[in-house]
Amino acid sequence: MSYYFTIIGTKDNPLFESTFGTSKPGAGDGTARFRDEAAQMNQFIVHAALDLVEEVQWTTKDLYLKKVDTFQNNHIHAYITGGNVKFMLLMNADPSLTAYSNYASPPPSRASMAKQGGLLAANPTSPQTEEAVRGFMGEVYEAWLKCIMNPFYDVNSEVTSPVFRGRVSAAAKRYL
Amino acid sequence: MASPPTTTTTTQTLTITPLPPRKPFVPALRTPSNRKTIYDRNLNRTKTAETSLASFAYLFNTLISYHHALSPSVAELESRLNRAGYPIGLKLLDLLLYRQPPRSAARPTRLLDLLQFVHTTLWRALFNRSADALEQSTSKKEEYMIVDNEPVVNTYISIPKEMSQLNCAAFVAGVVEGVCDAAGFETEGVSAHWAGEGDEMWPGKTIFLLRFKESVLAREEAFKNAG
Repeated sequence: MSYYFTIIGTKDNPLFESTFGTSKPGAGDGTARFRDEAAQMNQFIVHAALDLVEEVQWTTKDLYLKKVDTFQNNHIHAYITGGNVKFMLLMNADPSLTAYSNYASPPPSRASMAKQGGLLAANPTSPQTEEAVRGFMGEVYEAWLKCIMNPFYDVNSEVTSPVFRGRVSAAAKRYL
Repeated sequence: MASPPTTTTTTQTLTITPLPPRKPFVPALRTPSNRKTIYDRNLNRTKTAETSLASFAYLFNTLISYHHALSPSVAELESRLNRAGYPIGLKLLDLLLYRQPPRSAARPTRLLDLLQFVHTTLWRALFNRSADALEQSTSKKEEYMIVDNEPVVNTYISIPKEMSQLNCAAFVAGVVEGVCDAAGFETEGVSAHWAGEGDEMWPGKTIFLLRFKESVLAREEAFKNAG
């Protein structure tokens, strides 16, 4: 159960990215278990989802846009800030099942379904998942606000603060 | 990568100099002695955290003198003040959305919402009162005007006769432009104009002219037709 979180600026440029796994007891130890190709594919999938975010953003006044896209078994949740900066969270229940080469996703085997019963990504549109991701995004939004209040931070530049990274990881441990 | 077939007899070699490798990021965070970073500060405004008008006026005066020394004309000075206010506007939009009461927190997605937001929330946050009027121009549909009877920033500024077109509220105009751009409603520009010529009560009346781009209006029309 792995996550890839990224912050995308107004020019579709990535400002921050972080990969982690779930820290819920019994389900994971906090490290991501993506395959090797996932490093490029995750970015590609997230960028493809940006089009959908831009469509949805004008229909709702909410900041949290819920699940916007699915690709094989990757689910993408999005949150948009007032300044048009997008927080995208990609979650993957079982990265070893994701076969990027062929489009048709293989049917999940019985054993792995039983293990994923309690995981968030197994049920991406359930209210608990949405609430958990909403809480996570809310915390990241607060940390992001403090980051941009820095007068030396130019909008659309990379976020390099280790404190910010620490805040994101702490929020991930709490909610995801 | 296969090289394309050359029709000329001489082969051309393409010299590609690779970019220098990025220097590894060395975190060099320096914190004050109580180990608090900006991430520990509160985002909501407290009573004691307000700035006095005197300190703002002092800083603003210095800003104007700095730009005045570098600009050859009045128009250049106004555009410099505008550029100075722009990044503030970009960041203010997020902060104000955060400080709104949670259930009514909403991004402005329509033009009218954005204008209302600028007229009340932004002005209240900056000057502790809402702006005085919001009008749409009758001649051009993409122009809107916000009227302020006495801009706080102009309190201690005196303009010499030869620069009488200068209105230092161009700084506030830059902030408004930043807010509009960040919200996704691009403007051609936001400018500040004197309007208090014949007015006895408010000689310092200023009109902020917001000119929105064609694409924004087209989008608004599309939304209205979609219902």
